[in-house]
Amino acid sequence: MQKDTKARTDPKAAAYQAMVKEREPKSKTFPMCCKAFLVGGIICCIGQLIGDTGKLWFGFDDKASSIYTAIVLVFLGGLLTGLGVYDKIGSFAGAGSVVPITGFANSIVAPAMEHKSEGYIMGVGAQLFSLAGPVLVYGIASSVLVGLLSLLFS
Amino acid sequence: MAESKRYGEHTVVFANPPRILSTANIVGDVEGKGPLGSAFDMVLTDDTWGESSYEKAECKMFEQAVRLALTKVNWDTKMLHCLLGGDLLNQIITANYAARELGVPFLGLYGACSTMTESMLLGGMLIDGGFAQRVACAASSHFSTAERQYRYPLEMGTTTPPTAQRTVTGAGAVILADEPMQDQQKGPAVFRNIHIESGTIGKVVDMGISDAANMGAAMAPAACSTIITHLADLGRAPSYYDAIITGDLGTFGSEMLHELCMDEGIDIASRHLDCGSLIFDTEQQNVNCGGSGCGCSAVVLSAHLLHFIEKGTWKRILFMATGALMSPNATMQGETIPCIAHAVVIERDD
Amino acid sequence: MDFTKYIWVFLVGGGICVAGQLLISLTRMTPARILVLFVTAGVFLTALGLYKPLVDFAGAGATVPLTGFGYALCKGAIEGAKENGVLGAFTGGITGTAGGITAAIVFGYLNALIFRAKTKK
Repeated sequence: MQKDTKARTDPKAAAYQAMVKEREPKSKTFPMCCKAFLVGGIICCIGQLIGDTGKLWFGFDDKASSIYTAIVLVFLGGLLTGLGVYDKIGSFAGAGSVVPITGFANSIVAPAMEHKSEGYIMGVGAQLFSLAGPVLVYGIASSVLVGLLSLLFS
Repeated sequence: MAESKRYGEHTVVFANPPRILSTANIVGDVEGKGPLGSAFDMVLTDDTWGESSYEKAECKMFEQAVRLALTKVNWDTKMLHCLLGGDLLNQIITANYAARELGVPFLGLYGACSTMTESMLLGGMLIDGGFAQRVACAASSHFSTAERQYRYPLEMGTTTPPTAQRTVTGAGAVILADEPMQDQQKGPAVFRNIHIESGTIGKVVDMGISDAANMGAAMAPAACSTIITHLADLGRAPSYYDAIITGDLGTFGSEMLHELCMDEGIDIASRHLDCGSLIFDTEQQNVNCGGSGCGCSAVVLSAHLLHFIEKGTWKRILFMATGALMSPNATMQGETIPCIAHAVVIERDD
Repeated sequence: MDFTKYIWVFLVGGGICVAGQLLISLTRMTPARILVLFVTAGVFLTALGLYKPLVDFAGAGATVPLTGFGYALCKGAIEGAKENGVLGAFTGGITGTAGGITAAIVFGYLNALIFRAKTKK
């Protein structure tokens, strides 16, 4: 939400903002999209492989295999974050590393790691969901809404 | 009533110009690998400097920069009448805890990245007004502590937009005094010919930029406002100065500054330099538009700029650190980014 | 294992990531907002019956991106509601994604314990 402060409504300010928008160095969208596509696709393929080998080796059914895939990918995303590798993947791949569930794991481990200096309860413990919390809030809340609506329409 | 030292709108001219006796600077690894790498007093290969947190490391850098500057003039901390300084962190904890270790009278300042010139301006006023004879001005910033507070966790996989800048890991300190070095003080004092002539107090300027990843564009209007006011207050043209130097506008912010000044009929492009563009190689190092942070202007002034004046290459410079006075909460509440720029004129005695 | 499926996994997964990248590059949306958008989009697309065909077709290409997390939440909530009514609507979503969430907490905590954040160079 942007409020109409004096800064925004002043015509000189508006002209400056327009100049900034026009002249600022732009992100190279096309190369970034290609990299996101490549890395995102690879991560999904790794996920598919994990699921398929789960079915093959452990005899999982579809449901168990998808839970297994989620757990393994979260484990890998967290490990790569801890090893300091995921941020390098992220600066290369942009959304290709943010959107897959490994990115969710990264957003959990990253803040927790660096808040160790504030202790294990209020530091690590409290910071685990500082960035990922909204995903759970909105995801779970909307699923409850849909669940309730499905009762109305069944 | 004493004769006024105020000129024009908000410029002050010192009747007894405070002298810069020495400076010291400590920087991190990435800064050490930049174009000014060999000029710094100390380059840390490990950004934690052996401490258990980055905040503690930054505090150590701040404290040691002040101590190093004092060593150069062979002074004990007891010789200081006041320490003026600040940093980027909440409650300026870096400066506070360093001041605790130094045990000197302390005035903490928050000007975001404009803190270095804010402290030199105030330090100069204390000396010129006879309220102190020996003052230390210091400022610091640290990439890791700033990222944690203002942006994202270090291990987060994010891409930085091309207008972003990299917070400098650096602490710089300057020792000001009312008198030149006495010969019997045997310390290897670094500067013998430099004083602060005048300064301009900045006003908060906000042209409605709300993108925290584009600080250069947010701060350029404040820098422009201070330059225009300073030149008008003293009746000077840009050519009066050998260089007009900003703290951390970065490459894009500098471009915007030139445009804004031209709109006011002032052409500074030919003599403008920016510490944020000097400290890093924007082509080779992954820093987008350059360096930023309180430490940026402090260490570049200390390690690089003052030597040109001491040697006589430059007679006088207009040195202006710029700061963005926002907080992450304010930005989330929809506020834009207000900025400020304080200026000091540093010149050679001749 | 069906190797031709991997082509679709790659294309669909990559495609969803490109949608996210367009949001980052063109709107400067923060990662947190994009994740929230994708999760809720996954929930609502599943509710409308539009996401399941994509999952059947592209497997991990649809379940690995965060929209897939929304799909699992929604599927769980609907199944829960069918079996246990209103209570099931509340418990179903989390039950369906319990594995991922618990893994996130446990591995998140372990990684934070063992490793230390390093400055970006």
